Amino acid sequence: MINLLIHLILLLTLPPLLLGIINKTKALFAGRKGPPVLQVYYDLIKLAQRDVVISDVTTWVFTAAPIITLVGVLMAALLVPLGSFPAPVSFVGDLILFAYLLSIGRFFTTMAAMDTGCALEGMGAAREVTFSCLSEPALFFALLVLAKMSGTLMLGDLLHAPLIVGTQSTAASMVLLAIGLFILLLAENSRIPVDDPNTHLELTMIHEVMVLDHSGPLLGIVLYGAAIKLFLFSAILLHILFPFQTGCAPLDWGLFIVEMGFVAVTVGVVESIMARLQMQHVPYLLIAAILFCSFGFVLLVR
Amino acid sequence: MNGIELIFAGTILLIASGLPACFRSRKSIQAQWMTTAIMLLGSGLGWAGLLATSFGTPAIELTHAWNLPSGQFAIGLDPLSAVFLIPIFTIPVLGSFYGMSYWRQNEHPENGRGMGLFYGLLAGGMALVVLSRNSILFMIAWEVMALAAFFLAGAEDEKTEVRRAGWIYLVATHTGTVCLLALFCLLRTVSGGIALSTIEAGSLSSGIATALFILTIVGFGFKAGIMPMHIWLPGAHANAPSHVSAVMSGVMLKMGIYGILRMLTLLPVTELWNGEVLLGLGATTGILGIAFAIGQNDIKRLLAYSSIENIGIITMGIGLALIGRALHRTDFILLGLGGALLHVWNHSLFKSLLFLNSGSIIHAAHTRDMNRMGGLAKSMPVTAGLFIIGAVAICGLPPLNGFASEWLLYLGFFHSVGAESGSLWPIGVAAVALAVIGALALACFVKIYSTVFLGPARYPKQNAPQDPSRLMSAPMILLASGCVFFGFLPQIGFPLLQQAIGQWTGSAAPALTSAAPFQWISGAAAIFLLLSVGGHLLLRRKIRRAPATTGTWSCGYAHPTPKMQYSGTSFAQMLVSLFRWALCPRINKPDLSAIFPARTAFSTEVADTLLERLILPSFWKTRGTMMKLRLLQQGRIQIYLLYILAIVSFLFCWSHFGF
Repeated sequence: MINLLIHLILLLTLPPLLLGIINKTKALFAGRKGPPVLQVYYDLIKLAQRDVVISDVTTWVFTAAPIITLVGVLMAALLVPLGSFPAPVSFVGDLILFAYLLSIGRFFTTMAAMDTGCALEGMGAAREVTFSCLSEPALFFALLVLAKMSGTLMLGDLLHAPLIVGTQSTAASMVLLAIGLFILLLAENSRIPVDDPNTHLELTMIHEVMVLDHSGPLLGIVLYGAAIKLFLFSAILLHILFPFQTGCAPLDWGLFIVEMGFVAVTVGVVESIMARLQMQHVPYLLIAAILFCSFGFVLLVR
Repeated sequence: MNGIELIFAGTILLIASGLPACFRSRKSIQAQWMTTAIMLLGSGLGWAGLLATSFGTPAIELTHAWNLPSGQFAIGLDPLSAVFLIPIFTIPVLGSFYGMSYWRQNEHPENGRGMGLFYGLLAGGMALVVLSRNSILFMIAWEVMALAAFFLAGAEDEKTEVRRAGWIYLVATHTGTVCLLALFCLLRTVSGGIALSTIEAGSLSSGIATALFILTIVGFGFKAGIMPMHIWLPGAHANAPSHVSAVMSGVMLKMGIYGILRMLTLLPVTELWNGEVLLGLGATTGILGIAFAIGQNDIKRLLAYSSIENIGIITMGIGLALIGRALHRTDFILLGLGGALLHVWNHSLFKSLLFLNSGSIIHAAHTRDMNRMGGLAKSMPVTAGLFIIGAVAICGLPPLNGFASEWLLYLGFFHSVGAESGSLWPIGVAAVALAVIGALALACFVKIYSTVFLGPARYPKQNAPQDPSRLMSAPMILLASGCVFFGFLPQIGFPLLQQAIGQWTGSAAPALTSAAPFQWISGAAAIFLLLSVGGHLLLRRKIRRAPATTGTWSCGYAHPTPKMQYSGTSFAQMLVSLFRWALCPRINKPDLSAIFPARTAFSTEVADTLLERLILPSFWKTRGTMMKLRLLQQGRIQIYLLYILAIVSFLFCWSHFGF
């Protein structure tokens, strides 16, 4: 019970911190002082108090999209276990629901972008749906690997497979899976080298350009939802990267938070030392993710 | 009257529903009302019969002597038939009400009565296909259905395009019929009768079994639209009136699926490769079907290609079930067949909804080209709201019904990597294929909804488009509520599905609800809805307070014009180029060489690669070769007499001298 409570509190409060750590890391690399680590929280509070401006071209889809996306991400988050603790909700086949709850967010976010009638946002929407056609297969290969390893169809047990049944013979495919999932994390959360979360104005943007016209609380919801999504993908990656537990609950929670911080720093480092890919090269990166995950699958079943 | 007689009476009423109107005036609206009333009565009788027989459990048959050369008139009802009868007794009658406003007889005096007649024949023919237990009766019903659809699709036969699509349909459907004739002839030689009855496993050589399997897949595949037998489908669906497209796509394609399932139930097809072939065909059909859909600009062609994709998904489920039968894995049969049959229902709900909806859009916008629409959500809020329900459902997104059936299939594919399945992992890759189909479908339906309904109107018209009449909206509202209802409570239909699956597994099948815990899906759907509505209520005040007139900002988008927004073609461009190896898009690039280039135009088109590049050219080539034979056809009676003389003397020599 107490673990469930900690789980929910971490889930609701920790995600913006990850963005803060990433930004701080990037600032340090660039030799700047950078915004405070808690800056994203301040932004969220500020946005919640602001008024909304809504283009008169738009329909109800535009205002409903951020809410639906956030609800989808939050519900998906309830299916993902954090660290060595069980997921709050778990049932046979919830892994599919997880993938589709994220898809429903994509459906409405792209729709809201098209709702503004602006070419720039349409461009972002087109890229988002195109690249998702390449990231979905990678995700499902990863799920297949874990399902094969654990012999279950519950996301909670599935993600604990490396912890419980991981051996030396599965290590190779876990390494491949970790690389594939890290690429997926960068792509799905619009980080460099796929997308740049800092610049809105360049023609090569994906996620940021789709939400250009959102303002006030709606923008806050978009930002918060994106942070939770990053948190989710990091939590999934951690199961494969660090399948360890101490057995003592407070220590395990501490370990989880430190590991989360590590993922955020890694993302920050990658963003600092890499340039963004040309847009026509992004599919190659995603195909590489598919290949990593599918090779992991082949290695496991051979 | 017992249950099956009620159903048969309902079927007869459907078949004859358009007949009385033929004796009334061409322009009579009352006659059209009469047709619809008879359809309603027939469908009501059909439903009453289904309920009275508790959906064919236990199976019943009705036989009667007839004057045809062999066998007897035999119809029957079992759970498999009942699964397919439910859409037949639901969708056409809704379409008929829609047609009362969409295709008013006083506005279409030239073919209004014919439409009513053939529409009834199509609906009744389909019911008879599903009911018949005798191959001759089956073929008669099959041809009634196929030909009625031909006349319906060709309603506007003054247009060249419509006539061309009609001919392609006719050739394709009869190629399928030829295979079916061969199938039933072969079946008669092995079983010794024309009754559609189970063939014992030991009685077939493997060669015959293979032949029967291939004839089944090709013959019924032409009707279902499995690639590469789909060539007729986009043209026929796009050019038919919308309520006819709704019935063709929502129900008639499923008759192909029914045929495959019925034959597989009867035949001892138990080899592993049979299922693998179907799984592969299904995955290819699904991925390429939706890829072609993304490339279309004609709203109805797009929906037609999306039907091909859904047929692919259903075929994947049947393939999985067949693999399960070969390997004696009841979980594969349960989830594969369960998912396929549930998707049959779901697709008949949301695809009929979308086709009826496209009819309303075309009615209002006077074009089928999506790139000439835009911003319709403002003037047609009801249509837009109904369309988005259909779009979410067809993408398989929770909380609507498409998710339920795809979920079952995913579970089935994931079972192949479970602990007890050693080397079955290639089946797991089908889950990845289904995920790709899902992602592509999402792209496709974001494209269609946003191009048609969102943004500013691209071509402002004098008469602003508006929501259709109540007669047209009511059937759509019913279908949309069906999508919502079966999204929240898909387990309502499970008892019947369980019975139908039992026809493949025997009584040993585990319960569908134990393999797939649907109470969680219902719960998730309810929470999803609650949270979304709650979130909206929380923000309602702020959203209301937003200033009334602000244009789109978009980082300084100073003078936006409607033509600057992303069109459907530009939205799809990246995906089309990813799939250019299959789609072969035709791109007309303007030549801009001179210093002051002349005014020119750019256009792209994704035509059906198989039809345009392979089948039509080979038909033309065959025709060219055949033209040489016309030397023989001189048109003079003397020459024909000479031919006869020559052949008779040849035969005489042959028989007499024996060389």
